[in-house]
Parts: sequence; structure tokens; C-alpha cells
Amino acid sequence: MIRVILPPHLRTLAKVEREVSVSVSSPVTQRSVLDAVEKEYPMLLGTMRDRRTGKRRPLVRFFACEEDLSNESPDADLPERVVKGEEPFMVVGAMAGG
Amino acid sequence: MSGVRLLVGTRKGAFILTSDHEREKWEVSGPHFPGWEIYHVNGSPANPDRLWASASGGWFGQVIHRSDDGGKSWDQVDHDFVYQPPVGDHLWYDGTSRPWEFKRIWHIEPSRTDPDVVYAGAEDAALYKSTDGGQKWVELAGLRTHASAPKWQPGAGGMCLHTIILDPVNPDRIFVAISAAGAFRSDDGGVSWLPINKGLVSDGIADQDAEVGHCVHRLAQHPSRPDTLFMQKHWDVMRTDDAGANWREVSGDLPTDFGFPIAVHAHEPETIYVVPITSDSLHYVMDGKLRVYRSRTGGDSWEPLTNGLPQEHVYVNVLRDAMAVDTLDECGIYFGTSGGQVYGSSDSGDSWRALVRDLPPVLSVEVQVLP
Repeated sequence: MIRVILPPHLRTLAKVEREVSVSVSSPVTQRSVLDAVEKEYPMLLGTMRDRRTGKRRPLVRFFACEEDLSNESPDADLPERVVKGEEPFMVVGAMAGG
Repeated sequence: MSGVRLLVGTRKGAFILTSDHEREKWEVSGPHFPGWEIYHVNGSPANPDRLWASASGGWFGQVIHRSDDGGKSWDQVDHDFVYQPPVGDHLWYDGTSRPWEFKRIWHIEPSRTDPDVVYAGAEDAALYKSTDGGQKWVELAGLRTHASAPKWQPGAGGMCLHTIILDPVNPDRIFVAISAAGAFRSDDGGVSWLPINKGLVSDGIADQDAEVGHCVHRLAQHPSRPDTLFMQKHWDVMRTDDAGANWREVSGDLPTDFGFPIAVHAHEPETIYVVPITSDSLHYVMDGKLRVYRSRTGGDSWEPLTNGLPQEHVYVNVLRDAMAVDTLDECGIYFGTSGGQVYGSSDSGDSWRALVRDLPPVLSVEVQVLP
């Protein structure tokens, strides 16, 4: 199972706690993980990435294993520790404001 | 539940205020959807316990919530707002053309008769309709594809469709207003649209006879006179008595005619309310005094209403969707400010008091009278 940490606003929408787990068959990538999250929690469709293009929303970031993966290819393999469930894949609201 | 229910949208969540028909004591619940920008919360006239809330934000986009128990619990409904192809272009601030891009829902207008039918006004300007309780939204694309649409341009707040009036007599008639395109009317249920801006004068556009380009801030209608509309424009308070075919200015003796909201008394169709602010560059009330202005003559002649409102050191604004009237025998008037206060009057505006203070900046106020 892949562990996913959602930001507070999306936890409220999905009515879940901080961390959820989703089943993802290989390859484990940003795209396959987000597909699984959106399948399990369809109310999150469109909140992390564009529904049609799949493009990440501008103020959403993806972190894992202390790395910012936001600008990596959505089809790149995620770190092995995420695949093994040792580390979570994190969906983060970007630091923005003033 | 019998009583009065206020639906308040703010920059950081929604609040619901409830009272009995005396409107003396108010209970406040919220924030609902904390942290989300709630541009509008509105209730179905056909089923007052069915509420709709538009929640949006820069991070996670737009979602729509529906309650079927008067706001005790909420469920998310569809939020897939798609422009029907061809998407087309409109004017950008710099005069270039730019494709329509969905940003948020500003206003939700439920049907007067069917709780499953609801309309939503979007930025960039478009009108959506759901006929299944929000499970699916379909654009009424005849508006956005009107021949004038390539000339529409956003106002400072964005190119938003912020006002939707469903005619109380003619079920096929709809009025909408868009900043900064103007007012439009449909007489066929939203299939085709007619710009209704004749008589509007706007310093900001070169051709005063242009059919679009006017920055209409708000429209209001009394159900007993559906052909009479009142308008708060960028500058100027206007009225029409022929369903928008011709407008005339009724700003009269207002100290300034710039403002956002306008409302009509529930039982007196010639009694109207505005909250003038200083100017287009000073978006706060004049002279540090919070004054609602009332006309009992359908405009031209106005009186300031100040009893119970702060009269010094006030520099707030009242936004276009942040004023509402109830339908009790002694008409109640309510408005919310950019400073987070919600004021109410239970005597047609003669006296006021703060019902709640220090909320986040108020974006919208609606009121329901529950039997």
C-alpha cells in the first residue's frame, strides 16, 4: 500500500485523517498514485491536478523522501521507500501568500 | 425549524446565523469549510433546508457543497465546470485576446420552484445549470458565445457573472450581470441572450452607446414588478421599468453613487437600499461613517440610515452579494462588511445592530425566512 499525506483542506473534503493508504499496481508513479487517490476519493478530482490535462495545479506540490518531486515527470518512478510504504507521498499546498 | 436563517460567506469559511422571528437573539455556527473562500451560500426557495455553498481557493480550485438539513451537514456535489466548445476568446486588460479560463463560482441561484434545479455564475463569465441537484453542471453557452463576447473585458475583480435573477412571473426569463460586460436578458430559458445596457453611461468606455463594456455591480428586482430592475453600477444607481430596454439614472442626492450592493424592500417595491462608498479608488465608506442609504421613491431622493451603525473611524466596504432582505411583515435588512461585521435591521432600516463581529471579510449574505 502507498501512504499518502493530504493537506488539511483536502482532508476536509475527503473526510479523512492526515494520512490515507491506496493500492497501486506497478509502476508506482505520481500519476498512478494520484489516479488511485482520486478513484478512492472522487471528491478530490480536480483539486490536485487538472481533470483533463492531468497537469498539476500551480499551487500544489508533491514531496517524498525530503525531495520536491513537483516538477518531475508524472510518469517517473517514485522513490523505493515510497513504493515499500516506508515513506509517504505528500500532497502539499504551496507556500504562497504575503 | 421556524425562524430566520442568515447564510454568510467569508474569505475563510461560511457562517450560519439563526434567530426566531423576533430577530433579537442570534446564534452563530461556523466556520463551515474553514479556510475556503466562500463566495456564496444560498438556499432553495422550494426547499429551504437545501443549501448550496461555493467554496474555492487558489490552491485547490473550486468545489460545491450541498446541505439537505439546513446546514447541519454537507455533501460535496459535482464541481466540473466545463466551457462548451468552442471556448473562444475575450479581451484581456491589455487589449489582447485570451481564451476563457474557469476560475470560480461567484453566485448560486436556486430555482424558485424545483429544489433540484440550480444556476451558477462563473468567472470567467459563464452561466451553468444543474437539473439534478448538482450531480452535473451544464453551461448555457448561448451567453458566453453571444456575438459581443469577444469584446468582454474583466473588471478589477475579474470577469465574473455575479448576478442571476430568475423572473418570478415568466419562467423563461433570466437576467444576469457580468463585470465588466454589462447586463443581459434571456427570454427563452437561457438559450439566447440580449444585452440590456441602453442608457448606461460609463466614463471608462469610449463609446457611450456600446452595447457591452459597462461595469454593472449588482441588479435587484421586486417580485411584484418584474419589469423594474434597479442597478448599482461602478458609478451610478440606475433603474429600468421595461425589463432593461432602457435605463435611467436615479442616483439623485446620494453623496457618492459608487458602490456594490443594491436591494429592494420585501413589501415596498419603490423602497431601495444602497451602501455608497467613497470612489472607485477608495473602496470604503465616506467620511469614516457607515451609512446605508434608503430611497422610498424608487431612487432620486435618498436618506442616510445611521441609527445603530458606527459613525466614526469606519473604513469598510460592503460587497455586491453581501446585502439581503427578509420577507417578514416588518422587513429585515442585513449586510456584511469587509471588516467581518454582519449588521441587521428588523424595522426596514430605521435602526441597526451588529449581529456578529470580527468574522473574516464578508463576501455574501443571504437570508431565509423559515415557516
